[in-house]
Amino acid sequence: MTYPPWLDDFLWTYQNVIHALGINGLLALSMYVVLAVGQLSLGQAAFMGLGAYSSALMTLKLHLPFFVVLPASCVVPALFALAIGVPTLRLSGVYLAIATIGLGEVLRAIYLNLDVLGGALGLSGIPQRTETWMIYLLLIVAIAVLWRVGHSRIGRAMEAMREDPNAAQVMGVNVQRYRLGALVASAVLAGVAGALGAHASNFIGPNEYGFEPAVTILSYALLGGIGTPFAPVLGAWILTLLPEVLRGFSDFRGVFNGLIIVLAVLFLPNGLLALRMKRRAA
Amino acid sequence: MLSQQLVNGVLLGATYALFALGFTLMFGVLRVINLTYGFYFSAGAFIALFATRQWGFSIWLALPLAAIGSGLIAVLLDWLLLTRLRAKGAPELASLMVTLGAVLALYSAMTLLFGPDIRRLPPDVIGADALVFAGIRVTQAQFLVVGTTAVLVLALVALMRGTRLGVGIRAMAERPDAAELMGIDTARLAALVSFLSGFLAGAGGVLIGLNFNAIQPYMGEQMMLRGFVVIIVGGLGDLRGALIAGLLLGVIEVLTAGYLDSGLKEAVAFAILVAVLWTRPSGLFGQAVLRRA
Amino acid sequence: MTLLSTAGLTRKFAGLVAVDGVDMAVEVGSVHAVIGPNGAGKTTLFNLISGLVEPTSGSIDFNGNDISRLPVHARAGLGMARSFQNIRIFSAMTVLENVLTGLHSTITAGVGAIVLRLPGFHRAEKTAVERARMALELVGLSSKSELLAGALPYGDQRRLEIARAMAAHPRLLLLDEPAAGMNPAETSSLAALVRRIRDAGTTVLLVEHDMGFVMDISDAVTVLNFGRRIFHGPPGAIRQEPAVIEAYLGKKMAARLAARKDGQKAIAP
Repeated sequence: MTYPPWLDDFLWTYQNVIHALGINGLLALSMYVVLAVGQLSLGQAAFMGLGAYSSALMTLKLHLPFFVVLPASCVVPALFALAIGVPTLRLSGVYLAIATIGLGEVLRAIYLNLDVLGGALGLSGIPQRTETWMIYLLLIVAIAVLWRVGHSRIGRAMEAMREDPNAAQVMGVNVQRYRLGALVASAVLAGVAGALGAHASNFIGPNEYGFEPAVTILSYALLGGIGTPFAPVLGAWILTLLPEVLRGFSDFRGVFNGLIIVLAVLFLPNGLLALRMKRRAA
Repeated sequence: MLSQQLVNGVLLGATYALFALGFTLMFGVLRVINLTYGFYFSAGAFIALFATRQWGFSIWLALPLAAIGSGLIAVLLDWLLLTRLRAKGAPELASLMVTLGAVLALYSAMTLLFGPDIRRLPPDVIGADALVFAGIRVTQAQFLVVGTTAVLVLALVALMRGTRLGVGIRAMAERPDAAELMGIDTARLAALVSFLSGFLAGAGGVLIGLNFNAIQPYMGEQMMLRGFVVIIVGGLGDLRGALIAGLLLGVIEVLTAGYLDSGLKEAVAFAILVAVLWTRPSGLFGQAVLRRA
Repeated sequence: MTLLSTAGLTRKFAGLVAVDGVDMAVEVGSVHAVIGPNGAGKTTLFNLISGLVEPTSGSIDFNGNDISRLPVHARAGLGMARSFQNIRIFSAMTVLENVLTGLHSTITAGVGAIVLRLPGFHRAEKTAVERARMALELVGLSSKSELLAGALPYGDQRRLEIARAMAAHPRLLLLDEPAAGMNPAETSSLAALVRRIRDAGTTVLLVEHDMGFVMDISDAVTVLNFGRRIFHGPPGAIRQEPAVIEAYLGKKMAARLAARKDGQKAIAP
């Protein structure tokens, strides 16, 4: 795709930030999907890493074209989501949270130790196949789909089970299936975001998908709130732009993002955009 | 060779058990997965590091100091982060999220202050020569690890079984509402349980720091995976289960490293976690009550 | 004809038998009350029937299906709905949205239709809104459909819970202490509502402490004590049943009453 010259200049100058905004927006949505059904997954960075590593291997070793690699990048994360989600989602929410943090830790160890994955050096020389329009097209599609699902019986069921899972079940909502569906959808979103990121940056390494990114993705969603799918994306944009705007901020990013979560849970339980979907049928 | 590895495994497992005991105790009584727990571990190791390096304390003084210091940090963090949510009866995931955010902030702040590099305790802090018994080598550091663990576990058992305080803690673990009705000061008990957990984690941090001779801010984070495996395999809130599961995990890790590949240790641990979740989510030892959705 | 029956239904909690071998049959088109002193196992019985608690042993038959091990949401699909003792509406949703949630399994639009906004989606939503409005009319909340459910006064919240349960026209409606916290005027309008629900073809099974209310509207009564069924029959026969009097008044009092035995009508339990 060719852009007009002024846009081309702009994209060239700020390419990294523009990519990061879109990809972090997708990650925030992947967190939103799980929070919206009242669960907490701390495996979003892990799912992203699975998408990044599996897609990079498909490109580097199998030489598959990107239009095959990108959709295929969601397969491995989705399988992991199933393996963890099926046993935990019938239990209290702490089990999913624990298992997903554990997933992040164990994957980091595996990336570090497996030679085929490049060890501590990671994988480099990934060809740049991600175009800006791909990221933003997917972001817009994801928002639109989540918005429409939110404004339907599924959205009502999701909000109901967030507030009171037992009462929702009594209403005929198959709570387990929705939870599992949400977790898999979130793994798919994160996996695709990971593939886009890997093919935008030439290099991926084990520490990009560790504990700090996992918590940061949660801070996107909690800063924005989960009333509508726009809110977490806004949260991601604010937290992605801050270090760009404020010099020297990036050193304190971990402290700041962590405190955002503390303050959001204690004082702003609905997020900055305390909006709520109205689900009147048209 | 195998017997040496079994001994090494039990010694490693003792630290896992010690670390997980406080974690599962905290969950069992306070009903919160408190993710700041890993930070107490790092804090304990750093307190011991400063006590030995800057102030020239012996390990016999540094170890209790680190444990008490971590205990106090645990009380402070619990008070800052969780009292409000506890009073509101907030859902357990809210508490989990608060502690998650806090622990990232704490690790990051610690890294800003002390740097990410690996530090070591002074070499003369404990004798280097090992004892050899029937061909099995045990270093003095390992003796200290297993001795301390044994003492702390026995002290914990005595506290829980033999004192009024322990009865109160167990009452609160079983029925928090009833405990309140029985006139137990639940706020004070929460502080006490936090202290005990921090104490155990802090001691664990020193011992691991000693055993592997590597101390850095995120060491507690890296320990959490083991903590999760042990408390799930042992059953959430089950102290006895955590002890057994901790020792088992240590042995399995050492055997994995010895006979397969040391790079697979974490993968095997996690595979056990997932397998237990699929088959026996209430833990292998059947003490814990499964917490359904 | 029997709509719901239990056979030897038992549930044990750590050392305590909450429901102990209960046999019960609820007739189609009846209002059936379950009463008993506090801790008799009434709410556990309801949780067993609606599936929130699994039976230790025994079976539950609903409309010819053994539902003992069926998941909660599937029981709703078979035509079972309930309210809760402590009101459990979705307080952050509007009144209408609450009732629409009760219609969840009747709305047929799939994910594809929802995402693509196919005609089937709009049709299904429209039908659902019409049905939800009918349910709100049944309980007299039509004018409040756009308010946040959590902002409603207590009595309205109770009625909303009934509307939400009734929206899908269930075969069986379980009401857990529907009159709790209501004044006499509200209670009598609730009794009228329960009769309307029965007359519209829904069988009602309820737990209630308000004896006047139970005597007034029930066609059949089951009395539980310590998890056991101690009486099953028409409400008029309760007053003659010594076991019931004993359960409510204690052994001594019942013995004294029996000793007096002077043909006077015994005290209503």
